[in-house]
Amino acid sequence: MQTNFSLTALADAHVSESEKILRACVHCGFCTATCPTYLLLGDEADSPRGRIYLIKDMLEEEKPATPQVVEHIDRCLTCLSCMTTCPSGVHYMHLVDHARAHIARTYTRPLPDRLLRGMLAKVLPFPGRLRLALRVATVSRPIRKWLANLPGGTQLAAMIELSSSFKRRRPTRRLPGATVDRPRGRVALLSGCAQQVLGQNINEAAIRLLTRHGIEVVQPIDEGCCGALVQHLGYESRALDAARHNVDVWTREIENGGLDAIVVTTSGCGTVIKDYGFLLRNDNAYAQKAVRISALARDITEFLHELPLQDGVRTTGQVVAYHSACSMQHGQQVRDQPKSLLRRMGFVVREVPEGHICCGSAGTYNVLQPEIANRLRARKVTNIEKVKPQIIASGNLGCITQIGAGTGIPVVHTVELVDWAMGGPLPDVLGRRLG
Amino acid sequence: MSKIRFTEPNREILARRDSIINDLTRLVDPAGLITSADECRAYETDALTAYRKMPLAVVLPKTTEEVSAVLKYCHDTGVKVVPRGAGTSLAGGAIPSEDAVVLGLSKMNRVLAVNYDDRFIRVEAGVTNLSVTAVVAENGFFYGPDPSSQLACTIGGNIANNSGGAHCLKYGVTTNNLLGVRMVLIDGSIIDLGGDYLDSAGLDLLGLVVGSEGQLGIVTEATLRILKSAEGARPVLFGFPSCEGAGKAVADVIAAGIIPVAIEYMDKAAIEICEAFAKAGYPLDVEALLIVEVEGSDAEMDATLADITAIARANGATTVRESRSAIETAAIWKGRKSAFGATGRVADYLCMDGTVPTGKLSYVLAEISKIVQRHGLRVANVFHAGDGNIHPLILYNANDPSQQSKAEAAGDDILRLCVEVGGCLTGEHGVGIEKRDLMRCQFDDADLAQQIRVRAAFDPRWLLNTDKVFPLDFRCQG
Ligand SMILES: Cc1cc2nc3c(=O)[nH]c(=O)nc-3n(C[C@H](O)[C@H](O)[C@H](O)COP(=O)(O)OP(=O)(O)OC[C@H]3O[C@@H](n4cnc5c(N)ncnc54)[C@H](O)[C@@H]3O)c2cc1C
Ligand code: SF4
Ligand code: SF4
Repeated sequence: MQTNFSLTALADAHVSESEKILRACVHCGFCTATCPTYLLLGDEADSPRGRIYLIKDMLEEEKPATPQVVEHIDRCLTCLSCMTTCPSGVHYMHLVDHARAHIARTYTRPLPDRLLRGMLAKVLPFPGRLRLALRVATVSRPIRKWLANLPGGTQLAAMIELSSSFKRRRPTRRLPGATVDRPRGRVALLSGCAQQVLGQNINEAAIRLLTRHGIEVVQPIDEGCCGALVQHLGYESRALDAARHNVDVWTREIENGGLDAIVVTTSGCGTVIKDYGFLLRNDNAYAQKAVRISALARDITEFLHELPLQDGVRTTGQVVAYHSACSMQHGQQVRDQPKSLLRRMGFVVREVPEGHICCGSAGTYNVLQPEIANRLRARKVTNIEKVKPQIIASGNLGCITQIGAGTGIPVVHTVELVDWAMGGPLPDVLGRRLG
Repeated sequence: MSKIRFTEPNREILARRDSIINDLTRLVDPAGLITSADECRAYETDALTAYRKMPLAVVLPKTTEEVSAVLKYCHDTGVKVVPRGAGTSLAGGAIPSEDAVVLGLSKMNRVLAVNYDDRFIRVEAGVTNLSVTAVVAENGFFYGPDPSSQLACTIGGNIANNSGGAHCLKYGVTTNNLLGVRMVLIDGSIIDLGGDYLDSAGLDLLGLVVGSEGQLGIVTEATLRILKSAEGARPVLFGFPSCEGAGKAVADVIAAGIIPVAIEYMDKAAIEICEAFAKAGYPLDVEALLIVEVEGSDAEMDATLADITAIARANGATTVRESRSAIETAAIWKGRKSAFGATGRVADYLCMDGTVPTGKLSYVLAEISKIVQRHGLRVANVFHAGDGNIHPLILYNANDPSQQSKAEAAGDDILRLCVEVGGCLTGEHGVGIEKRDLMRCQFDDADLAQQIRVRAAFDPRWLLNTDKVFPLDFRCQG
């Protein structure tokens, strides 16, 4: 597509990167068809092509974001379905990241929105604060209906509503790493901020699986949030700080003991870590180190898939609907490995109709855009239930929580099932049904 | 650039913008009325992005009744209307004008009825082409016309442009698969044409509506013929050391009376682009590739393929490769159907669309490369060869205004060539604004006057898609 940037604008590294992305878009419209928000709302401005076009105009004219542009960019789930569809290789993720940073710089959000976003950015990446917030949410449950009537209250109410589906998970401490005799490999396992609080069982399963295969697991104590949450909220410099911090931590691990991979069990985080190389490309002190880190990042299913895998020890055969998180299938293009692992363990894996469409979780989306998120959840659950599964498996905590809040069918992480099949404990949520 | 002229917007309408918008709020749901500059901008162009015009406003109705109310209002107050489906037109058919309201069908995307006994499906006009097949696929049915843009383009847009696709060689284009429509005329009246069966009594008004590019009325519902999927289907790749050989092979297959389901052509430039995207296993050491698909039982397919292979070999085919799995078949078609989009990875392009007699394919291809070279540009060819529907993609740099005009000049020369060899200006993408001024190469004034009278009978005030299809200086009132 033709672009019209001034030379001074192009001198900015971000702008020139975005210009290249815009030039690749031929405005064919293919991506509109697989965009969840366009499917629901039917407005070009809520489609990838429309958003790209609005961003183009905003950046070309070097103008502050308007409330209308902000509204349509905010409605984007960053599910990246559009990137899977695009024949022209348009890197929508980098473009929308740039747009969000531009919005953060040039647009003042109404106060309730600002407070809410600020709070999400200050709480979610920090396990201690998140634990506290969940306690507050539990006490506030009775007043959520009343809260919903305040400005920005629908989002607060959505948050409280969602937090109730966290309850059955047991909060524990940060897991220690695990050593094995004569290891065949050594990996760092990302702890994940929300996951430490809400899904410790996931990494416990991952550690059992890895050590069972002779892989030593380290969990560097000072590792921080991957930066995905703040990145999607438009806090660009905080995201870069988070990236630099983790690059340092993992580089230290590489230098002291070596790493074969940085293993991630939350695909949302995996997408961003794999992008560190790009994010820090203009930072001379970090650019190279970041590329090395990104190259080491693997989803747990990718990593397991490359190992000579042991056989399962239990009789399985349950019907599993595999829900591929957007960050898995679109963000990382990891598609077959999780299903093939489950099949190897004897599960009957069913594909979910309309599997490319987001469940509405999308990081903080289900808090910030509850109405669209709820519609997407309902649509997802209907599609999942069509294949009549006994269990739903997914590789991303956000989806597990989101889908779990809409169905009675138990939702577990893929590695919990694989671990169980190999002799690990039965995941809690399955205990009541299969035990 | 800006070879294509737009008429001056009507100042009186522009001055009334606020009151028009105010009136429209009473006619459509608020979520379906778009008026801010930022949001209207998303509608200022379609897939012909070299041309852009901001509309007065955009309405996205949810029902036929809403469409009717908006059209009646526009008719009574003299406001122009530009219908829009998914905005994938390559001829600028959905590009607005500043004094026009865009009426988009994207919120009208429900499936209304499926009838397997009588083999039809009834849908709203904003349903995408591919989702029609998706609805009936589990019962072994499909919808025939398959434009490469089928993932995104709407049935309403397909009807307006009489769209075709790779498999139309056997199954026909939109007009052969449309049974009936519900349509709103510019004065707001709602009419039904055709029915649930193939032929209807009286004048074939349905035939008139197909290909009318949104100038006779706005289609809100359509009844489509669905077909039972064949027992099996198999695409085969034939690689040729020369474009002429491939062109000749197409002509010979058609001349021999063999009708495969599809014969698609790609030249070297297109092969490289598509292979890089789809990894379909297209041969990279050939000058031209034909993707030929056959259908039926294994025995039928073997027999037809043997005949086609003999013809291909006689014309110098060096590679013959059958698809061996469903995954391979999907990749072969994905590469072909993404060809235009994937070209965006290498350059901007103007996608031409003309039809030539299949016997002239080799000659036309050779001439095209001369024309494009003469203008100092490059070309990639990927098209529906079986029905002689060519799509040269003229590659250029859209940020260089001199290249833009060269590309447009080369495009005009190519289309004139199509007419000269006895073909036609358009294959399936419509006239839109792109080919409006070339209509005179194809038709003389008497022909044009006749067509214009038909158009004016439906829309005497020329309010529907006003600036499209007919040369700007050639207008008559009904
Ligand atoms: C990458 C790519 C590949 C393509 N491949 C093919 C192909 O293989 N074959 C092919 O035939 N075309 C192809 N096209 C062209 C295009 O997709 C078709 O013309 C398609 O039918 C347009 O549908 P749409 O919904 O996008 O309509 P739009 O682009 O929105 O509109 C097209 C025209 O139809 C009118 N219109 C739309 N909806 C209605 C309605 N409900 N009632 C009345 N008028 C209406 C508009 O005013 C306009 O004149 C391709 C386009 C692209 C970008
Ligand atoms: S599919 Fe790609 S090239 Fe086509 S409009 Fe979408 S982003 Fe642009
Ligand atoms: S990321 Fe998802 S929601 Fe956003 S534009 Fe792309 S497909 Fe649509």
